[in-house]
Amino acid sequence: MQADLNVILPEILLSVYAMAALLGAVYTGKDRLAPLLVWVTAALMALLAIWIGMGGSGTRTAFGGMINDDGFARFAKVTILLSAAAVLVLGQDYMERRDILRFEYPILVALSVVGMMVMVSAGDLMALYMGLELQSLALYVIASLRRDNLKSTEAGLKYFVLGALSSGLLLFGASLVYGFAGTTLFSGIIAAADGQTPLGLLIGLVLVISGLAFKISAVPFHMWTPDVYEGAPTPITAFFATAPKVAALGLFARVVHDAFGGVIADWQQVLAALSLLSMFLGAIAAIGQTNIKRLMAYSSIAHMGYALMGLAAGTAFGVQAMLVYVAIYVTMNVGTFAFILSMERDGQPVTDIRSLNLYSKAEPGRALAMLILLFSLAGVPPLLGFFGKLYVLRAAYEGGLAWLAVAGVVASVIGAFYYLRIVYYMYFGEEGSTLETGRSVVQWVFLMGSAAVMVVGIVNMFGVETMAQAAAATLVR
Amino acid sequence: MTIAAISFYLFAAALLVGGLFTVISRNPVHSVLWLILSFVSAAGLFVLLGAEFVAMLLIIVYVGAVAVLFLFVVMMLDVDFAELKAEMAKYMPLALLIGVILLMQFGIAFGNWQVADGAEAARRAVTPEGVKNTAALGLLLYDQYFILFQLAGLILLVAMVGAIVLTLRHREGVKRQDVLAQMYRDPAKAMELKDVRPGQGL
Repeated sequence: MQADLNVILPEILLSVYAMAALLGAVYTGKDRLAPLLVWVTAALMALLAIWIGMGGSGTRTAFGGMINDDGFARFAKVTILLSAAAVLVLGQDYMERRDILRFEYPILVALSVVGMMVMVSAGDLMALYMGLELQSLALYVIASLRRDNLKSTEAGLKYFVLGALSSGLLLFGASLVYGFAGTTLFSGIIAAADGQTPLGLLIGLVLVISGLAFKISAVPFHMWTPDVYEGAPTPITAFFATAPKVAALGLFARVVHDAFGGVIADWQQVLAALSLLSMFLGAIAAIGQTNIKRLMAYSSIAHMGYALMGLAAGTAFGVQAMLVYVAIYVTMNVGTFAFILSMERDGQPVTDIRSLNLYSKAEPGRALAMLILLFSLAGVPPLLGFFGKLYVLRAAYEGGLAWLAVAGVVASVIGAFYYLRIVYYMYFGEEGSTLETGRSVVQWVFLMGSAAVMVVGIVNMFGVETMAQAAAATLVR
Repeated sequence: MTIAAISFYLFAAALLVGGLFTVISRNPVHSVLWLILSFVSAAGLFVLLGAEFVAMLLIIVYVGAVAVLFLFVVMMLDVDFAELKAEMAKYMPLALLIGVILLMQFGIAFGNWQVADGAEAARRAVTPEGVKNTAALGLLLYDQYFILFQLAGLILLVAMVGAIVLTLRHREGVKRQDVLAQMYRDPAKAMELKDVRPGQGL
């Protein structure tokens, strides 16, 4: 038991902290403590990320194989913790000024991160479900945190109902898989499903994949994404677009490789179809959007399509490509949302992209940073986003999915249009009322830092490449 | 037919009828009552399977607590269910089509159901030997599945925090009872004797 608990020590620390902070805040300052709690939670997450990243190598399993601690889990956990910490401190100023910074917010985020950490280290269908529900339930609540706002409550409710539906699909699929294999452990399932997939197991597998596709908002399970992104308060949208995506993709990779690694051909086609649809719908549907939050929702759908393309390759290199892609995606999104959070006029947040008219004249530095980020999101060489795309395209090509790689290039060209349109507004738009963006230092730091990473990172990607390679090697054996 | 077989068909039929009427009955209160019938029948089925603990749990938790709570919610909420159902009728053909397709797919899957070699053994392997039903559940839940149990606890904590975050409102200017202040009230300070002169008033 001692050794088992050691494996999940970071999770235990984070949940004990969350509970202690909850008690402490309830009995003392309540919402007055919220800004402090945001910073403390973020600092703890960053510390845990460093600890997980530095310490430990090799593979450990705990609780009879239900929880794994391997290179893959550690890579995903570090990405999740760092992005969650970044988004927490990014949104603090915004939420405080709009008077929606409740002390429960950092605590719910911390608990949801615990769920994500369980998700990426799950070695059992039940542990998978527990982590997923812990993560989702906290997300449903914070989506409707601005409870007096109709759109925010609608976002929360919509997310909740569709999330419950996806959980139902996932559970039904899991029960079919259990019915076939007689165990919920991934190690047992992979042994039972070695090279053979009877129809019942196949339907179970497809249902599990559908449930997971809901969580990463892959087409055709994406309907909730634009509404939830638009309705939720912007800092929470930023959170939705980063850490939960990493966790759900990590879980996706775990299920298909750890539990169904013996029947790659069976899920490869499903993933390839999800990837193709996501890339094209994300690229085409975003063209008509003028709300930048909805636009980012479609952008995230498209990006999830590319990440799935890496996974669909079904190789260790594919998983590596997915990890690199998702790490780059999260960095870009943190920077982009730092900018979106700072957009306001007369103290009110603005989300219309036309408000960026001639923004470059007022704030050349920020406009340049945003230009770099948008080019990187679109995958324009030589920025880091291009290398992410190149990675997954190569993985798909080497995995025998050349047609998918070609489709990916086409979708990326289509998608470039709407990113470039924002750039057009910023540099060549019409005269209009100006946008104010200069209030928060934290947001400036993250915007500039993220843009700098997009440029400097092309030298060696800060070693993420080799780390992802080591991580993927522990997952795909 | 043995008694067990007769009771199985009885409970199964009651479960199906209860489920069906939960969905189609016009009055939402009746729906909840039908739901209770289906819970009780499901509990009966569990008893027949030899899982008496789960059966009692179903009655105590679902019938005793959840369904009664549902009943209160349905009575208190002023939801126009007829209108909701009219809305639903619009999408009925599509829903029916999807339902039928899914049913056919599951029919094919279950008609040709295959189990992995050793699945039965794997399924039995987790059950502790030589203890009764309830004790076995306890042994599994608090020992082998300890981590899942704790995670379920965290999920419930999040649910509770969430419910409070979304509904609690601190109202300003509410007068609350302060027992100590009441007890320490001093008659000498609280009362004042006025000498009212006849024919003048205060």
